[in-house]
Amino acid sequence: MADSMNIKLKVWRQAGPKAQGRFETYTVPEANPHMSFLELLDVLNEQLIKDHKEPVEFDHDCREGICGSCGVVVDGVAHGPQRRTACCQLHMRHYKDGDTIVVEPWRAEAFPIIKDLVVDRTAFDRIIAAGGYVSINAGAAQDANSLPIPKTAADLAMDFASCIGCGACVAACPNASASLFTAAKISHLAMLPQGAPERKLRVTAMVDQMAEEGFGDCSNHAECEAVCPKGISISAIAMMRREYVKAVMS
Amino acid sequence: MSSKNPLRSPVGKKLITGITGLGLVVFVLMHMIGNLSMFTGSDAYNEYAHFLAGLGPVLYAMEVAIVAFFLFHIVNGIQIWLGKRKARPVGYDTYRSAGKPSQQSTSSRSMIITGSILGIFLVIHIISFKFGPGGPGNADAAYVTNVGGTEMRDLSKLVLEKFGSPFYAFGYTFVMLLLITHLRHGIWSALQSLGAMRPSLTPLVYGVGAVLGMLIGLGFIALPLAIYFHLI
Ligand code: HEM
Ligand code: FES
Repeated sequence: MADSMNIKLKVWRQAGPKAQGRFETYTVPEANPHMSFLELLDVLNEQLIKDHKEPVEFDHDCREGICGSCGVVVDGVAHGPQRRTACCQLHMRHYKDGDTIVVEPWRAEAFPIIKDLVVDRTAFDRIIAAGGYVSINAGAAQDANSLPIPKTAADLAMDFASCIGCGACVAACPNASASLFTAAKISHLAMLPQGAPERKLRVTAMVDQMAEEGFGDCSNHAECEAVCPKGISISAIAMMRREYVKAVMS
Repeated sequence: MSSKNPLRSPVGKKLITGITGLGLVVFVLMHMIGNLSMFTGSDAYNEYAHFLAGLGPVLYAMEVAIVAFFLFHIVNGIQIWLGKRKARPVGYDTYRSAGKPSQQSTSSRSMIITGSILGIFLVIHIISFKFGPGGPGNADAAYVTNVGGTEMRDLSKLVLEKFGSPFYAFGYTFVMLLLITHLRHGIWSALQSLGAMRPSLTPLVYGVGAVLGMLIGLGFIALPLAIYFHLI
C-alpha cells in the first residue's frame, strides 16, 4: 500500500499482577495512517499470534471514545498526543513512517496491573458506590422536563457528567490523584435537584473513599484536565472542595 | 454530614496548605516592604525594627501565629509529597506534560524542594538576624545605636555586615529566586485549593500570582545586592 508505515512499538509486557514486567520492542511493518491506535495494537497482536507468541493484553470496548474502557500512556501522555481524544480515537495519521511509540499502562498503586496494559480500575467503582448515585426515583426521560433546571446549571452538569471514568486523570497526575474523576461525579450531581437529598453525604463519603483507595492528594498541576478525553475542567475540583467544606461545616 | 477526619482528608490537607500558604505570602510581603525601609536610611530601618520589638505581646502573638503557619504548611506539604510517592511506586519510562491547559511546570513539580530549602534557610536566617548580635539573649554594646534620643538595636549595622559577604548576599539572592519559583505555582494553587476558582479566571489568577511572587522575591533581592555592590 502506498501509504503504509513502518512503526516500532516499545510495549510494557507483564504476565500477571505479581510478575516482573519489562519492555518489549516490536515492529509493525503494515501500519497505515487510517488505522486507529488500537487497530495498530490489533495488527501487532495478529503478528504475535502468527508467531505463536502471547498477544498484548489491552482494554477496549466501544472504540468510539464513549465507554472509557481504553487507556494507555502513549509516549508519556495518557491517551496519547491528541487533545480530548481517547486512545481508541487516536489515529495513525498523527505519526510518520519509522516512528517509535512507547506504550505503558496507567501507573498507580490504586490501579494494580492485571496483565500487560490492563489495569484494575475497580477503585473507581468503589468511589462511585460510596456516593456517586441518586437513590430517589428520578423518573423516565420525559420526567426530567417536569423539573425546572436553569440551562446554565444543566449545561455545567452535562460537562461534568461527560466523564467516562477511563482513569487518564490518575495516570497523568504526577501524584496519581483521582481528584478530577471524583470531583466530576460530585459536581455533576451537585448541580442538579435530583442530587440534592444526598448532596452532603455524597461528597464526604466519596472523598473519604478516594483517600482510602490509596490515590495521592492533588497539587493543582491541572495535568488531568489536559489529558481528559472529555476536557473536564479542574473547576470540578474547586467545586468538590467547596461542597466538602459546606458539608462538614453543617 | 461529617467526614471521618475532615482536616486529614484530601480536601482538608489542601485547605490547610492553601490557607497557611496564603498567610505566609502576606507575611513575606509585609517583611519585604519592611526591608525596603533600609533604602531610606539606616535610622528608618532601625526605627521600624524597634517599633516591631516594642509591640511586645502583640509581636509575640504574631510570631506564634507565623511559626504555627509554617509548621502546618510544612507538615501538610511533606505529607502530600510522601502520599504521592506511595500512590505511584512504579513510575513511567516516558512521561511528559500534555501542555495547556495543564499548569504543570518546573515550579509546580519542585514545591517540595523549593519549600524545603526555604525552611532550612529560615532557620539560618532567624539565627543570623533575629538572634544575632544585639538581638534577644545576645546583648552586644557594639550593636546599639541612638535614633532621635532613643537607644535601640543597630540591626542595620548587622544587615550591612552580613550582606557585605558574598556568601550571604548571593546565598540570600539564590534562596529568594527559589521563593519566586515556589510562589509562581503557589499563589494560583492556593486559590484553587480553597475552591475560589473558575475556568475563566485561571489564566488571570495564574498570571497575577506569578507577578506577585516575582515582586516579592525581587523586593527581597534588592537589598542584599544593593549592599554588596555598595549602591547604598
Ligand atoms: C516563605 C514561605 C512560604 C510561602 C510564602 C509558601 C507559600 C505556599 C503556597 C501559597 C502554596 C500553595 C498551597 C496550595 O496549593 O494549596 C505552597 C505550597 C507548598 N509549599 Fe509552601 N510556602 C512557603 C514555605 C514552604 C516551606 C518551608 C515548605 C517546606 C517543605 C513548603 C512546602 C510546600 C509544598 C510541598 C507545597 C505544595 C503542596 C501541594 O503539593 O499541594 N513551603 N506554599
Ligand atoms: S474503547 Fe470506549 S472509549 Fe476507548
